[in-house]
Amino acid sequence: MNQPVVEFQRVSKSYVRGEQEISVLKDFSLSIPQGQFLAIMGPSGSGKTTILNLVAGLDRPTQGTIHAAGIAVSQQGETDLARWRARHIGFVFQFYNLIPVLTAAENVELPLLLSKLARRERFKHVQAALGLVGLSDRIHHYPRQLSGGQEQRVGIARAIVSDPTILLADEPTGNLDRTAAQAIMALLTRLHQELNKTILMVTHDPHAADYAQEILHFDKGKVR
Amino acid sequence: MKLLLAYSVRNVWVRGSTTALTIGGLALVSLILLAVLMLGNGLNRALIESGSPDNVLLLRKGATTEIASGIYRDQAHVVRSLAGIAQTSGRKPLAIPELVVLISLTKNGADTPANVVVRGTQPEAFMLRPQVRLIAGRAWQQGTTEVVIGEQIAKRFLLGGIGSHLRVGKREWHVVGIAEAQGTAFESEIWGDVDQLMASYGRDSYSSLTLRLPAPSAFQPIEDAIGSDTRLLLQVKRERDYYREKSVTMATFIRLLGFTFTLIFAFGAILGGTMTMYGAVASRTREIGMLRALGFLPRQILAVFLVESLMLGALASLLAIGGGTALQFVTLSTMNFSTFSELAFRLTLTPVSVLITMGFTLGISMVGGIPPAIWAARLPVTAALHTPGR
Ligand SMILES: Nc1ncnc2c1ncn2[C@@H]1O[C@H](COP(=O)(O)OP(=O)(O)O)[C@@H](O)[C@H]1O
Ligand SMILES: [Mg+2]
Repeated sequence: MNQPVVEFQRVSKSYVRGEQEISVLKDFSLSIPQGQFLAIMGPSGSGKTTILNLVAGLDRPTQGTIHAAGIAVSQQGETDLARWRARHIGFVFQFYNLIPVLTAAENVELPLLLSKLARRERFKHVQAALGLVGLSDRIHHYPRQLSGGQEQRVGIARAIVSDPTILLADEPTGNLDRTAAQAIMALLTRLHQELNKTILMVTHDPHAADYAQEILHFDKGKVR
Repeated sequence: MKLLLAYSVRNVWVRGSTTALTIGGLALVSLILLAVLMLGNGLNRALIESGSPDNVLLLRKGATTEIASGIYRDQAHVVRSLAGIAQTSGRKPLAIPELVVLISLTKNGADTPANVVVRGTQPEAFMLRPQVRLIAGRAWQQGTTEVVIGEQIAKRFLLGGIGSHLRVGKREWHVVGIAEAQGTAFESEIWGDVDQLMASYGRDSYSSLTLRLPAPSAFQPIEDAIGSDTRLLLQVKRERDYYREKSVTMATFIRLLGFTFTLIFAFGAILGGTMTMYGAVASRTREIGMLRALGFLPRQILAVFLVESLMLGALASLLAIGGGTALQFVTLSTMNFSTFSELAFRLTLTPVSVLITMGFTLGISMVGGIPPAIWAARLPVTAALHTPGR
């Protein structure tokens, strides 16, 4: 077995909303080895997105520790976390979150602005990433000129352009029709198989989950 | 960083109408400021720059204006015999006694008359005040009742120009030339022969005497020489200081009024800019969450929105300066409070006023942009990613 690249140790997470406290995760432990493709399934509001946010250090656990890509995420300062995130985490969002005023290439280039790469180098990486997702002929298109499936592929290119250790995908097919969804899943599978990426994917689409190596069924903060 | 700049520029661009409104409001406020500055410049030009550093004005002790002053013929004679005065090519001292009177003329389009300065002088006055230049016709002939009128008089009072007649004192005078004076007060004056003017008012004394120094530094010896001569009892002033003193009250009043207006409107413009930028942040909340998730730092988000706000300011200042360029063609007239005569001046654009306007516009767009930019930088990432986006 590989060294775990993500590890939750007895993590609890609750939100305080007014008077009441909402418990999202309770005493949750999880270990994901390097190169794993894991799907997390569960009903809405069960805390799936919260897990991804905790891995990426966008949110902090109420209790317990989280290790990811070599650091104790739950114990880092904000600036260090941001630098670490730029280097090790790639995000794929349900609504793509492309910037409408930037072209596909410019959207993909965004994470590289946080690296030390020169302009020319950055452009090479952008071309490679867009090539990998099959959009070499769309690099100067704006998001509104692309279909949903194409937009999500740009989103994936943006997530992998800095060659991160972990890919976090939050319902990447949630906004797509069946055919486009299949293409996206095939792409993620390829990234996993050919580039050996560790992928954490949240979904409630069983067809999508089928592409993963392992499926974690999740409900009310507990693995079912 | 070129990419982030493009990001800001295009965001400003796509907001179209809101952006245009904000920029328009900002530009208007900046234009008000610029107009006030230009007004001040124009007044300066008309009054202070009417005096040249080489010239010295002599008035009776106690008189504050040429109108209220008097100089006797023998006093003028004594002064002209002093050493240390610049000379004409004919080796005569360049020291001209003048009679200044006010007449009433009716302005074109107005029903109440206004006061106009008539200056009785000598043809050498053109050497004494090189900024005054004939642009049409010719100078008056000595010993006649011919006059040269300033360009502003020709435009506002004596529309007939050359060939027009006017009554000054007991005599009828007629216009033979029009002069320009680079925006100085002389453009609002009428010049003619001093002896004829004295005769037509039955006066035997001059109002003032203006002399030219060989160099600005030669002021002290002349002042000492005149001060020590008990026959003279005259006050000696640099021509520049005389005009500066006359303009202080008016310039201060106009500036105070203008800056008060600017301040009030600036407050509105800052609020407008702030609201626009708050709108921009609100509509891009999810985008901000995404950027933070990619690893962008709060201070980078802050910078992006500040740059956007500054860009609004930069565009607004360009518009305002464009407006200012057009305003240069506007001529205003005001009452010269010290002589109660009509004084026309042009709004004048100078590099300094352009720089002040740009600084001011960028400043208020910066101030207006700070609160929304801080808000953007401090948005909690997870909640931001949850908001519906554009
Ligand atoms: N920032 C937050 N503040 C308060 N409650 C939150 C916050 N984020 C998530 N929650 C709550 O935590 C629970 C789990 O949310 P989430 O992880 O987004 O669920 P899922 O992705 O499985 O639909 C929900 O009840 C949600 O309302
Ligand atoms: Mg979710």
